[in-house]
Amino acid sequence: MEMRLEVNGTAHRLDLPERTLLVHALRDQLRLTGTHIGCDTSQCGACTVHLDGVAVKSCTMLAVQAEGRRITTIEGLAKDGALHPMQLAFHIHHGLQCGYCTPGMIMAGLDIVRRHPRPDLGTIRAELEGNLCRCTGYHNIIRAIAAGAEAMAAAATGERPGEGQGQ
Amino acid sequence: MNAPPAPPLRKFGTAVPRLEDRRFLMGAGNYVDDQLFPGQTWAAFVRSPHGHAAIRSIDTRAARAAPGVIAVLTGADFASLPPMPCGWMIHSRDGEPMRVGERRVVATQRVRYVGEPVAVVIAESRDAARDAADLVEVDWDELPAVADVAAAAADGAPELHANAPGNLAFDWELGDSAAVEAAMARSAHCVTLTLRNNRLVPNAIEPRAINARWDPVEEKLDIRMTHQNPIGMRMFYAAVYGLAAEHRLRIVSPDVGGGFGSKAHNYPEEVAVAFAAKLVGRPVKWTAERTEAFLTDAHGRDHLSTATLALDPDGRFLALRVDTLAAMGAYLSSTGSLIPTYMYATMLSGQYAIPAIHCRTRAIYTNTAPVDAYRGAGRPEAAYLVERMVGLAARRLAIDEAEIRRRNLIRHFPYRTPVEWVYDSGNYEAGLDQALALADWAGFPARKAEAAARGRLRGIGMSAYVEACGIGPSAILARLGAGAGMWDSAEVRVHPAGTVEVLSGAHSHGQGHATAIAQLVADRFGIPMEQVSVIQGDTDRIQAGTGTYGSRASVGMSATARACDRIIEKAKRIAGHLLAVPAETVDFADGLFASAATNATLSFGELAFAAHAASGFPTDEIEPGLVAQSFFDPPNFTFPSGVHVAEIEIDPETGQTEVVGFAAADDFGVLANPMIVEGQVMGGVAQGLGQALLETCVYDPETAQLMTASFMDYAMPRADSFPELRLGFGCTPSPSNPLGMKGCGEAGAIGAPAAVINAVCHALDIDHIDMPATAERVWEILEARRREQG
Ligand code: FES
Ligand code: FES
Repeated sequence: MEMRLEVNGTAHRLDLPERTLLVHALRDQLRLTGTHIGCDTSQCGACTVHLDGVAVKSCTMLAVQAEGRRITTIEGLAKDGALHPMQLAFHIHHGLQCGYCTPGMIMAGLDIVRRHPRPDLGTIRAELEGNLCRCTGYHNIIRAIAAGAEAMAAAATGERPGEGQGQ
Repeated sequence: MNAPPAPPLRKFGTAVPRLEDRRFLMGAGNYVDDQLFPGQTWAAFVRSPHGHAAIRSIDTRAARAAPGVIAVLTGADFASLPPMPCGWMIHSRDGEPMRVGERRVVATQRVRYVGEPVAVVIAESRDAARDAADLVEVDWDELPAVADVAAAAADGAPELHANAPGNLAFDWELGDSAAVEAAMARSAHCVTLTLRNNRLVPNAIEPRAINARWDPVEEKLDIRMTHQNPIGMRMFYAAVYGLAAEHRLRIVSPDVGGGFGSKAHNYPEEVAVAFAAKLVGRPVKWTAERTEAFLTDAHGRDHLSTATLALDPDGRFLALRVDTLAAMGAYLSSTGSLIPTYMYATMLSGQYAIPAIHCRTRAIYTNTAPVDAYRGAGRPEAAYLVERMVGLAARRLAIDEAEIRRRNLIRHFPYRTPVEWVYDSGNYEAGLDQALALADWAGFPARKAEAAARGRLRGIGMSAYVEACGIGPSAILARLGAGAGMWDSAEVRVHPAGTVEVLSGAHSHGQGHATAIAQLVADRFGIPMEQVSVIQGDTDRIQAGTGTYGSRASVGMSATARACDRIIEKAKRIAGHLLAVPAETVDFADGLFASAATNATLSFGELAFAAHAASGFPTDEIEPGLVAQSFFDPPNFTFPSGVHVAEIEIDPETGQTEVVGFAAADDFGVLANPMIVEGQVMGGVAQGLGQALLETCVYDPETAQLMTASFMDYAMPRADSFPELRLGFGCTPSPSNPLGMKGCGEAGAIGAPAAVINAVCHALDIDHIDMPATAERVWEILEARRREQG
């Protein structure tokens, strides 16, 4: 069936079987392969994308269900080649090893910040329970998300990172 | 010739962020499943739903007729391929070679574990292949199955292989049994324990995948696969299966999403897909679903052991006897025979001077997925056993856990253990003291009292491990049964403008080689790291290497260092001519060639250009160009060590165990990049804590059905499972390689489990609890005690 998807600000018209999952539409048709697949039971979060700014696991919904919504994938975060503060925080805090869970972690991390603008480490640990990483033991991911949140808050208010509260 | 630039900062040994991060952060990583070839087709496997069954017949007609189906292949189509080999020959005590149960690439007559492939469908789309796979009808004759290692070893158990009566693959031993006997006879105390090392599923988050095609331009079989050792696989596919000659075979392992050993093996699915691609003349791709990963990735551990530790009146260790049943699964995997033998029994001395050790290992076939290397591979099993024995001895003799260890530590190196290895270096007592300080061991009683006031049971436990990394030297390993050399290689190419390419035979799947190797090379040549690129994982570009497993970075890094040194040697000779001074007087430091005989200097870039311009020096004496290769075969393993301390609290109402503190003091020798090393420790500890408290792979003992075949049933560590760690590092450089490195990848998975279980036993005041110490198990112990106290 024919469907329209808006991904990272670009409108696409796709002709796909009705049963196509959003994650497969992104990866196979649009070749946005940064969104990964790590399980078949909606447990790992490697496939996390944003739908109208809210994190969803793209393996849990059909592509057609995303019609008319704004989809953002990991490929849509950097602007003009400059990393998003959350991406940069993962780099600085060594929040990735093999990189496979990383796109999902970054997208989930941004969603945590949306709900808790300056989350403490415990909040991040609790909120991240839908994303699996086998490499890092999570500690540096959690630090990265906290630092990313801080940098985003600082960017929003114009202050320098590290000066704000919630450290 | 310019004024000397400011000396560059040293990079090797510092925590620089990784050079390879950007593509992963941008979603531009390049994993096997991300790639498509023109004319791509997809494979789906038909798998055994039974733990043990004979195949009466297979009806593929409906599948063949399904839309989009290109081919349906069964075992008969793969009959020309030899069986799957096990690469490490073990001989039983009586000299008999191990009994290898035949494993076909695709089963023809009989299946021996749930998930074993019996047919493969090739179709125009992933969905078409899966839909058609469901249409393949197999007529099964179910056979009695056995999944538990003890049950499989017992008399009258269902047998898997006609050539392996009693399901025994081998009955092997190491050490001096008579010496152990004698020591036990004169000992003051003996403590005995039977313990299980629970079966684990590696669960790299990227599932296994392969994409294979015939490349008509290069006339090569061109394979992309999730592997830790693509160069080794090329040899395997050429020499064992004849899929193509080695020079007509390209294997690329691009970005690989974690391995932990599970992607170091030779799997039937990958062979089948590569073979099918040739057969159908189209590119064929297969990516495992998570369920398939649970069913078919080689599992880890699964030992049942009984051990006795003999001590003198002062708590000094006299002898250790170990008797282990090691589950092999349905077949011997690639290195399945190696893990419970030379990677296990050789580590049973731990950090201690134990005069006599004997280990008997019986390798047993079970109707389960094969067992092979998983993070640590034999060494975690050994450390867990030794450290539980020490914990139990401390309890029985009422000696502090730290004190009993201190009394028995090895203090002089090199140290020859009674079980084959010679430990290269270490300072075990310093590690112990560092761990005690990090964990505030002395402050524990106050914390226990405080927890008790909150109604919680608090315990502290310790684990001291030593492990063997940087596997080599090849000659010794060949004597012990290895089927391949264990060196590594690197080629360093200096471009005319002074940038550098390192072709490394190792393979990074998260370990950060692109950064660590660049740090090393940047320092050697006195150039910025950004001028160094590291290439791995493509057999068309790197001809020689052995991949990455068992913390081999020290081997590959040493090859790189040697190749750099060869380049500097040659460059100095060229510099001698260019500076018109004797070559022996040329020094190279911080990127500058200089001689006391002149004020002139040459930068590394200038020298590189001159080497390629080939003027100013006699090319009949010194060849142009600046390229060097090194093969490094280490003279010995490296022996990292560490002491881990776990502090836990138990909620007596629920039995829930919470890790409230974890300290690790590790000695990995020289660290290339402490940030990466810390990351490795954190990841390893999570897997170790996962084994101790969460993870276990359960097969139904009667039907051999896998009960934990998804992330819903198999408890993976999550972000909120464990607290922050306290990490410390000692440094006794390894003499086994020129860099003094030892390796850090397995440490956490080796050290953590026994520390946690010792802590749980301490909190509960019991001799033992098997892993994982789930709430249910702990609660049962507490409940039984409550009933007793009535
Ligand atoms: S792939 Fe979507 S949650 Fe695992
Ligand atoms: S970095 Fe490898 S799974 Fe998270």
